[in-house]
Amino acid sequence: MAVLTNVTTKINRKAKTKPLALPKAQLLKLHDYMVKSRVLEDRLIKIYKTGEAYFWIGAPGEEAFGVALGLLVNKGHGPQHDYLHLHYRGTPTLVAMGMPMIDSIRLIMNRVTDPCTGGRNFSNHYCFPKWNVVPVSSPIEVQYGTALGTAHVQRRHKSSGITIVTGGDAGTAEGDFASCLIWASRPGKELPILITVQNNKWGISTGYDSQHGETYIADRGKAFNMRTRVIDGNDPIETYLALGSEMAYIRKTGKPVLLEANVSRLYGHSSATGANLIPDRDCVLAFEKLLLENDVLRPAEAKKIWTDYTEEARQAQETARLDAVPQADSVWDNVYAGSENADWRKF
Amino acid sequence: MASLAQAIRMGLHFAEENLELKDIFGQDAGAPMGGVFTATQGLKTAWNTPLDERGIIGMATGIALTGERCVAEIQFCDYIFNTIDLLKIAGNTNWVSNGNYPMPLVVMTPVGAGIRGSVYHSHSFDAWATRLPGWKVVMPSNSLDAYGLLLSAIADPNPVLYLVPKALMRLRSEELIPGEPEDQKALKNAIDAPIGERSKWRPRWPKLEDYRVPIGEAKTTRSGRDVTVVSYGRNILMCNKVADDIGGGAVEVIDLRSLYPYDWQAIRASVRRTRRVLFVNEDTEVTNFGEHLAYRVTQELFYEIDAPPRVLAGKNLPGIGLHANLEENSVPQSHDIERTVREILAEVP
Repeated sequence: MAVLTNVTTKINRKAKTKPLALPKAQLLKLHDYMVKSRVLEDRLIKIYKTGEAYFWIGAPGEEAFGVALGLLVNKGHGPQHDYLHLHYRGTPTLVAMGMPMIDSIRLIMNRVTDPCTGGRNFSNHYCFPKWNVVPVSSPIEVQYGTALGTAHVQRRHKSSGITIVTGGDAGTAEGDFASCLIWASRPGKELPILITVQNNKWGISTGYDSQHGETYIADRGKAFNMRTRVIDGNDPIETYLALGSEMAYIRKTGKPVLLEANVSRLYGHSSATGANLIPDRDCVLAFEKLLLENDVLRPAEAKKIWTDYTEEARQAQETARLDAVPQADSVWDNVYAGSENADWRKF
Repeated sequence: MASLAQAIRMGLHFAEENLELKDIFGQDAGAPMGGVFTATQGLKTAWNTPLDERGIIGMATGIALTGERCVAEIQFCDYIFNTIDLLKIAGNTNWVSNGNYPMPLVVMTPVGAGIRGSVYHSHSFDAWATRLPGWKVVMPSNSLDAYGLLLSAIADPNPVLYLVPKALMRLRSEELIPGEPEDQKALKNAIDAPIGERSKWRPRWPKLEDYRVPIGEAKTTRSGRDVTVVSYGRNILMCNKVADDIGGGAVEVIDLRSLYPYDWQAIRASVRRTRRVLFVNEDTEVTNFGEHLAYRVTQELFYEIDAPPRVLAGKNLPGIGLHANLEENSVPQSHDIERTVREILAEVP
């Protein structure tokens, strides 16, 4: 599962061809968070495979897209900030927003200290109200429907905050995706939503090409006079620039954008399909190689980043291991707000 | 003496002015129609949606995620079924987020038979609704309760399904809503939109007052000593009639008003006294909410009752046939209730 152990041996500095389109500090930040996210996911898979978690699902292969997105979010609580309706591959976005590794580890290990669900839900099912990250739910694509509501409130508040929704290509077959396109583009009532699709060409084991006749999913937005864009979601520089441009457009106009990002799915759908590496374009390896070739990053620095995050993840797991687990009698907590009694036996 | 539709309208108006209700929406909920039953007519925050029930529930859920309050309408509960998984999500969001995201939303939908609505305008939803943990479920049987339950639902920090017996929409309450003018005609002139052109029409709302029916609190509509009949919605009217027809103070009728949480203490106290009980509703009879209540009576009061708890519900049919003979033989009618009550009274332990 470990990655990039020998990437530095493959550097070809002669490959440098054109200046990179972002400042050095930004490139290094992207790289840093992409590595952190990959190391974290690597640790989550280890936790699952060593029997310390029931299930893993996550984001290896979506770091370029997710980190770029996370760095661009107007982070905070309330309609003046961005709302995020993430699917279950949101680790890179949250890492870039500042989520400590241990939060994700406590989630997969079902600890009572898990800040997202208190030990109730799967890995990558994040929820951070302080950042407007609404609960991730397992049903595919429902987030495209709920995103309408947060965007509607932002529109009412005339906020510069926008709603961001992420999801996979397979789920665009669900009606909620169509609902999102229709409701977001009602004439005179357009909603400030960045509608994104991370197209990894798979729905569990079913190939995209066997089920979808459209050339690009993003083309569906054109029928609603919606601005659309298709990007290489494995390229963090292109992604960062494209997302930045589209988010600025939404903030300025209040109108939606449908953006399709082509990404990789490096460890399959989830632990249900083995969680083993399936070779494909690897955005983290490729970006690190690019930075090394362009002397933005030195091999020793790269190695230290990987080493430090690996150690941080290991220590986080050790800490989480010692955390308390949910008590059986807490199942009734928070069925209703304020834990008002919901048990009919006590009515 | 407002109709139930007028009571809902006034409740929504009060909530717009006093309970921070920001959005009322659904198919045809906004101008010019104001709802197919006129329950959302003339309201300043009412707006029309695409014909998309999943979109409506998704929108409502998203609004609730921001903490703002809304009332979403599904025009008939017959069309709510394709939103079940979204209703489940709204119901589990506070729980699965371990209290991070309370969901203050109301979904209002007309339910039940009684208007010759045929197969797809006669469904009931109470049995389904009570299988949506995390939701509260209420159903009024008169205008005053409709007003009071609606205000409680909107103010509640949890998702509330507000089920409206569509057959009662035009029914006028005997009790006035606080602030409602006594003259029925004056109320109509003030808040009912004119037929036809109405683009310049604006309602003149009476000075309404706060009035809440606490969720979870039943009401005894007839006192009696020999048998308890527990029901809600339009069946309450039938049960009251049966109690009056049988007479002699034999039949006690409890209007549950809240299906979940329900007023077990009221049921329990009544059944312990009468020692016989019937649960009446018009949803289909297999896996019916009344069965849960009957089960509970059996479990907790078995040695205190003189007859088996009974459930009288809609027949387990795929729909309500249009012809009156079909409809009336599909869901409980007054004579069915009376016959069953008499059977229970005749039971010899």
